[in-house]
Amino acid sequence: MELAIGIILGCCALGAGLAMIAGIGPGIGEGNAVAKACEAIARQPESKGSVTTTMLMGCAIAETTGLYALVIAILLMFVAPNILVDILVKTISSL
Amino acid sequence: MKEKDLRFKIVDILLVLMMTVPIILGIVLQVMTEPPASGVQITGARIFFTIPMPLQDFPVTESQVNSLIVMIVLLGFCLYITHGLSEKADLKRQHLAEFIVEKVDSLVKENMGDFFASFTPFIISILALSALSSLLSLFGLYPPTSDINIVGGWAVLVFVLITYYKLKAGPLAYMKSFTQPVALLTPINIISEVATPVSMAFRHYGNVLSGAVISVLLGTALGGLSSMILGKLPGFLADIPLFQVGIPAVLSIYFDVFSGCLQAFIFAMLTMMYVAGGFPEEEYKKKKSQKASKIKKIN
Repeated sequence: MELAIGIILGCCALGAGLAMIAGIGPGIGEGNAVAKACEAIARQPESKGSVTTTMLMGCAIAETTGLYALVIAILLMFVAPNILVDILVKTISSL
Repeated sequence: MKEKDLRFKIVDILLVLMMTVPIILGIVLQVMTEPPASGVQITGARIFFTIPMPLQDFPVTESQVNSLIVMIVLLGFCLYITHGLSEKADLKRQHLAEFIVEKVDSLVKENMGDFFASFTPFIISILALSALSSLLSLFGLYPPTSDINIVGGWAVLVFVLITYYKLKAGPLAYMKSFTQPVALLTPINIISEVATPVSMAFRHYGNVLSGAVISVLLGTALGGLSSMILGKLPGFLADIPLFQVGIPAVLSIYFDVFSGCLQAFIFAMLTMMYVAGGFPEEEYKKKKSQKASKIKKIN
């Protein structure tokens, strides 16, 4: 019983950590976007306002995949263990 | 004239109370009902009580109460800055109200075109509601935007609006828009249509929630660090939270103030883009002109 609960908790934590590998993608993408925006502002300083607004929009959209991973990780950390342990306890007591 | 002035002042004071009292009541409620904290605590919204319902019990959570607080405060603010409007504009608050309305008006016209000029009240209320909900964490209250149910409701509202404006050119044109580049892509188009509100809700909620989680983790880590360094000292010196003073506030500026306002702006911006982008303007105009010519023929 304790071993099973330990395996559930450990695997949930491992899964959350693996899910957050997805943070790499948005990081690279947003870095590229900001670099290009810096270049654009350096070339045409008068277009700073519209470039900044567009860059923030693009960053927000590029961030979405990372946030999906974050939601999965948070579910795995704080929601899934309780549900899974409940299921385990129920099945063991019904045996 | 003097009597009117007195009345004006009394109404002013009442409106200011309307803006401040709900927040104070919320803090009092939070202090009274909060369970004693121990270690790292990251929980969802607490449930105050549940109302029994035939199909499913209806829980009244912290996020619902806090979003009601936000609505009352915003209503008070709007009544306050529009109280005593005049053509001479002799009150400072009128300039603020005009500034806000003009800014959002120009933003809506720039992004959505003239057809959607009447969208300003909706966009302004989404902006204000979302920004103030996220900023509520500055008072130590639970920000309603870090609950998926609240933000999901807004996203569903936006989805209904998008579909309504897509249907303006007739249901046939709406069906046809799913098979747009090739008929083979229809399932993918349907998935992307459904993914719009999901991604909007997750984006806003994930950003606010991740800020809250990082703040809690950092606060706990700094507490551990200061007790590790000062823990060996005798007496009350061991309890001094050396690193917990000031450092979390710097991060709070980014995660609470900047990120909250940015997410509100992005949510409003995406609403405008999706609604204006999904609207088939040419087909709508064609349909309208056809209708007009039909009416002319009958006449």
